[in-house]
Amino acid sequence: MALDKATVARIATLARIKVPESELDRLAGELSNILTWIEQLDEVKTDGVEPMASVAEMTLPMREDEVTDGGAPDKILSNAPQQAHGFFLVPKVVE
Amino acid sequence: MTALTDLTIADARAALRKKKFSARELAEAHIAAVKQARPLNAFLVETPERALEMARESDARIARGEARAMEGIPIAIKDLFCTDGIQTTAGSRILEGFKPPYESTVTANLWRAGATMLGKANMDEFAMGSSNITSAFGPVENPWRRRGDNRPLVPGGSSGGSAAAVAARTAMGATGTDTGGSIRQPASFSGVVGLKPTYGRCSRWGIVAFASSLDQAGPLTRSVRDTAIMLSAMAGHDPKDSTSAPIEVPDFEAALTGDIRGLRVGIPREYRIDGMAAEIEHLWQQGIAWLKAAGATTVDVSLKMTKYALPAYYIIAPAEASSNLARYDGVRFGLRVPGESLDEMYEATRAAGFGAEVRRRILIGTYVLSAGYYDAYYLKAQKLRALIARDFAEAFKSCDVILAPTAPNAAFAIGEKSDDPIAMYLNDVFTVPVNLAGLPGLSVPAGLSADGLPLGLQVIGRAFDEGMVLRVGDVIERSAGFTHKPAFIAGGHA
Repeated sequence: MALDKATVARIATLARIKVPESELDRLAGELSNILTWIEQLDEVKTDGVEPMASVAEMTLPMREDEVTDGGAPDKILSNAPQQAHGFFLVPKVVE
Repeated sequence: MTALTDLTIADARAALRKKKFSARELAEAHIAAVKQARPLNAFLVETPERALEMARESDARIARGEARAMEGIPIAIKDLFCTDGIQTTAGSRILEGFKPPYESTVTANLWRAGATMLGKANMDEFAMGSSNITSAFGPVENPWRRRGDNRPLVPGGSSGGSAAAVAARTAMGATGTDTGGSIRQPASFSGVVGLKPTYGRCSRWGIVAFASSLDQAGPLTRSVRDTAIMLSAMAGHDPKDSTSAPIEVPDFEAALTGDIRGLRVGIPREYRIDGMAAEIEHLWQQGIAWLKAAGATTVDVSLKMTKYALPAYYIIAPAEASSNLARYDGVRFGLRVPGESLDEMYEATRAAGFGAEVRRRILIGTYVLSAGYYDAYYLKAQKLRALIARDFAEAFKSCDVILAPTAPNAAFAIGEKSDDPIAMYLNDVFTVPVNLAGLPGLSVPAGLSADGLPLGLQVIGRAFDEGMVLRVGDVIERSAGFTHKPAFIAGGHA
């Protein structure tokens, strides 16, 4: 499937990756090539095949709903680009 | 006398216990080798103090007669494993400077087994690549060179730093991870042994996630026995990873009996692909002859969906990656590029922090998961995945292991293939199906290409049958007698 510039711009927004207008054409070409190659899957009939999400043949284990870790705000904040008073800082989101 | 850096893990283990040298001497020899091999760019961080501190503890343990399974063995850690207080970048600018406040389960297991840490190994950014050229911190050079040609070659990827470090004799072993071939393909390109265990054998906890339903950690070493030793130390159930298998870890070394009489070896006819080099086909036939000579029989098997494994993978892996990499938003760790609003900050941070291949895969993943396309791409790929797994299940009704090449070619030069993503993806044509089916796969160096580069053979087994895979790999290793060495070896005692 050929992706147009507008579609690439829309996915880039969904993925929160800034893509300059000047790169959209090249990227649309690259992604279209990959998608066209991927579409050979359409040759295979898959009606009635159960989709496989994971190979792990197990049910997710249950455990008590209790705190097992935590109480280390300094560690959690230790890699933050910006922090203050025990919180992560981000640009203003509410006027 | 053999240089300390040239020993296998098994030999060093025996010599340490006999006190022929100390863990400190072994660590010092490897620290010097790591320094000498800097032109390869295999390490992103060197941790000599940590290695010496761990070696001190190892010497004390050995003196007390309390040596553990990997006591005093110096290893490298792929930079995808979080290491407490030591920078972990996943080869990405977006994590530059990140020092995890915790230790991955696999590395914690290795330290608990007595291994000593030399540093963090370079890799393709977020493990997305087959050449190590997508690393934000520069490519790794393969210590091998083509005969009569001094151009630098890629070590394969994504665990390229790990493979190069082991091949160049700077580390006795290294951890890797394998989502679509990232342990086995660099092992083949660099002339070392590499094992992708069964999905669930090693805990994924504390490993930077790429595609969670495919990612699996495993060892790279210079012998099959060393791989068995290191896997035993890495593996085990971990309640912190809900997909970690709650089963016992067998003694993998005990599986190396050399006896494969009566074993049925499957040869998948669909692995004879167009354009595969004649020398790869020849190596494969050689491998078949070795196993027959050791008493095994061969069986023709069909893995009909082989051709569709790569395109299915390039839907599933980017889809999972686009979700996993959503966490790199400039808020909690890593790079932040300022913006007027929160959204602008996210977009600027992710544009600056991710390299071209990672951005490409996130965009593909976002597209195939987006409204209106989910069924056509993602669901379709999951159905193909079911068919691929079914192929293997059928094949294993008539055989015990499958023998195949690891990669369709030997190492290529840095810069080759880099302008065509799909040509690069084809490197993983023989390895990706194994990840989709969650099975164990081992690459063993088995011969040289016409221009003198190592080539690997791959042994694929049933789920959790690593013991059998290693047993067959050991027979291939003995039959091949692969003693060739790369052009560059730390210490230069090749």
